[in-house]
Amino acid sequence: MDAFEAIKVTFFQECDELLAELESKLMLLEQGQTDLETINAVFRAVHSVKGGAGAFGLEALVRFAHVFETLMDELRAGRKPCDPVTIKTLLRASDVLADHVQAAQGLVPEVDEARSAGLVAEMELLTHGGEAPAPVVEEDEDDFGFTPMAFDMALDEPLAPLPEPASGWRIELRPHGRMYASANETGLLLRELGRLGPTTVVLDDSQLPALDALAVEEGWLAWTVELHAAVDEATVREVFDFVEADCDLTLTPLGAPAEADFVFEEEGPAVLPAGDDLDIAALLARVQGEAVAEPLAPLSAPEAAPAAAAAVPTPASTPAPAVASAPTAPAPVTIRVDLDRVDRLINAVGELVIQQAMLSQRVLESGLARSSGIALGLEDLELLTREIQDSVMAIRAQPVKSVFQRMPRLVREVADMTHKQVRLVTAGEDTEVDKTVVERLAEPITHMLRNAIDHGLETPAERLAAGKSPEGTVRLAALHRSGRIVIEISDDGRGINRERVKKIAVDKDLIAADAVLSDEQVDNLIFLPGFSTADAVSDISGRGVGMDVVKRSIHALGGRISISSAPGKGSTFTLSLPLTLAVLDGMVTTAAEQTLIAPLPAIVESLTPQAADLHHVGGLDPVIRFRDTYVPVVDVALVMGFRDAPMDPTQGIAVIVETESGQRAALLLDAIQGQRQVVIKSLETNYQQVEGVAAATILGDGRVALILDVDTLVAIRRSGVRSDFKLAS
Amino acid sequence: MSKTVLTVDDSRTMRDMLLLALEEAGYTVIQAVDGVDGLETLAAKGADVVITDINMPRMDGFGFIEGMRADPNHRTTPVLVLTTESDAEKKSRARAAGATGWIVKPFDPVKLVDAVRRVAA
Repeated sequence: MDAFEAIKVTFFQECDELLAELESKLMLLEQGQTDLETINAVFRAVHSVKGGAGAFGLEALVRFAHVFETLMDELRAGRKPCDPVTIKTLLRASDVLADHVQAAQGLVPEVDEARSAGLVAEMELLTHGGEAPAPVVEEDEDDFGFTPMAFDMALDEPLAPLPEPASGWRIELRPHGRMYASANETGLLLRELGRLGPTTVVLDDSQLPALDALAVEEGWLAWTVELHAAVDEATVREVFDFVEADCDLTLTPLGAPAEADFVFEEEGPAVLPAGDDLDIAALLARVQGEAVAEPLAPLSAPEAAPAAAAAVPTPASTPAPAVASAPTAPAPVTIRVDLDRVDRLINAVGELVIQQAMLSQRVLESGLARSSGIALGLEDLELLTREIQDSVMAIRAQPVKSVFQRMPRLVREVADMTHKQVRLVTAGEDTEVDKTVVERLAEPITHMLRNAIDHGLETPAERLAAGKSPEGTVRLAALHRSGRIVIEISDDGRGINRERVKKIAVDKDLIAADAVLSDEQVDNLIFLPGFSTADAVSDISGRGVGMDVVKRSIHALGGRISISSAPGKGSTFTLSLPLTLAVLDGMVTTAAEQTLIAPLPAIVESLTPQAADLHHVGGLDPVIRFRDTYVPVVDVALVMGFRDAPMDPTQGIAVIVETESGQRAALLLDAIQGQRQVVIKSLETNYQQVEGVAAATILGDGRVALILDVDTLVAIRRSGVRSDFKLAS
Repeated sequence: MSKTVLTVDDSRTMRDMLLLALEEAGYTVIQAVDGVDGLETLAAKGADVVITDINMPRMDGFGFIEGMRADPNHRTTPVLVLTTESDAEKKSRARAAGATGWIVKPFDPVKLVDAVRRVAA
């Protein structure tokens, strides 16, 4: 990638940051924080996007950003009010600006032109009031595409003569004090003129007052320069474009009579009027003279031009240093690393953890004393290994901000479509979680937010009737809780209509008409496959996808989802996800001599079944009493096919687990070995998918152990299928 | 000894572009991200020429130039203003603050280097 492409990549990264900043500041405006600094920050974000886009010739983006920027300029100047109508337009404009950035990046084929044009018209109307907008005047500069190139130092040589505009120019220059105050120097201007051709310079110090009357910051001196070069007037004026307002400048084609009545030969010996002011005048003349004489001397003689060229900055003969070596801003120092490399490292660390565990076990088996040097060294190694693992995992960790940032736009769009007033509140955006988890969170969160607005919130009229503010609030929050990340999506809407949910479930044959369900169980019905109803699947939240799909995608990440709802007050969906997909806290158990890992987060409790607590209800499978309720017993070895006959529950151990939907069951196992963090190895990648098994891992003794998929196990037990299922043992 | 140019711009893209063009032309480039950072960098490292953006957080380009001119060491250090606004109002405000000249964005690297050369003593 060349330097130019690298900067373009930087530009698009920066665009993402600027758009995020834009979004967050617009949210502040929306919340009524319409102070100048916030408006300025919005202006700057748009302005920077436009500036970069201009350099890369991204015209559509520049045009849109320009209109946006112009409106922001009106707002920050206080010429237009920053009222709710305007802010709403700005919010939508920021969405379209993001679209333009994406289109410029080639991520989406094209921007919705009608939408873009509509917003341009809206913004122009806001900018210009009711009047017809003035045509958008682009920069008066040429439209330069920025192309890195080796700079041709021929620039520093006198330009080739143009066909006879004039044989030369007499330039009369009288700088004002202001010109010097801005660090412009007559000497430098004369040097520039010298580049155009041979010059003769005459200094006029006739205005110089006596020392006691000398205001040192005023311009007392004037110069008359004869430039012997056939260049046009514009070329000469260009030399003075920075100072034109701060000096008197007259240009006369050579041949016309000069106006100066008294001239002073600069090159000659200084002839100064005698008097008290002699010294200061001589000093001034010398100071100005030195600045002029030095660069002019070689240039007035054309054959000496190469020497002058050598005095200017080194030409591009040496390759430009890579952009990456740029001195960086005092921002957090980061490096970009290929994800593959990180994953290779994580994998290697995973193997290291396993190897270390195996080594520990061997040492333990060898009968070495715990106080032996080897055992102690191994303990240190274990700590170090754990630390390396945590550090490596942290590399992959990212704040959920990247997902949360996309949501305000979604909320606006859904609110517009449903004609509801919605305020989105976010919290915990800096909560970090594994990159893969972050990426896969976007879809379920999107879906649940849509649901919350579409189904959860009432219309403004309904809310007013219920004594609520017409504006509904949807809250999206992330937090760490006991080694997992928890995402909460709550609304202050009507809550789940349990009667209706139950009716739908009965109509769809999902539950028996006479089923007696707790409120919690009713709420959880919405996660059942096939629950989504025609009227629930609106354009907005549905897209044919029900909450069962959300639940499945969360489940696939090793997470769980739950809901709580209060009629008239709103609903809260809670997602709980592991921080990483690479390791798992597990309970190591055995069933029919197989080692199995039960995911710790799913485990509620373990107990030794007593005969008195076991009951056989109806069919073959027993239930066990657990805290005043009965939960079904899942004979794991039987379900997995390790054994043909059920075991006696009182001979084993019951591990009470909770499924994603909150159902509880008792996994009947032979014994519990202990708790351990295990490295997850995909069974699908290495073998094939096996029902009831989530993944595999390698234990300290080198054996492969299966990680149980609790939900599926419970489901298999319920449906009674899979009795023919045999896992090779 | 190559001359040192301090670039003050909140946009990383713009800083990178200036860096590329100026280093290619043989200048040493130091960078700052806003007016406050610019004044600090200037005080710490000095510069032969300064290029500054106008719209920046914390302290804008006008404030930066005024601050620079208030420092006796940098009363006569040339400073060029980078701006997309080519309108007279911005230019005259920049001039009033003490700007030596300006560069209109999107800038052409040849013109940029030329402008720096013109004001560099």
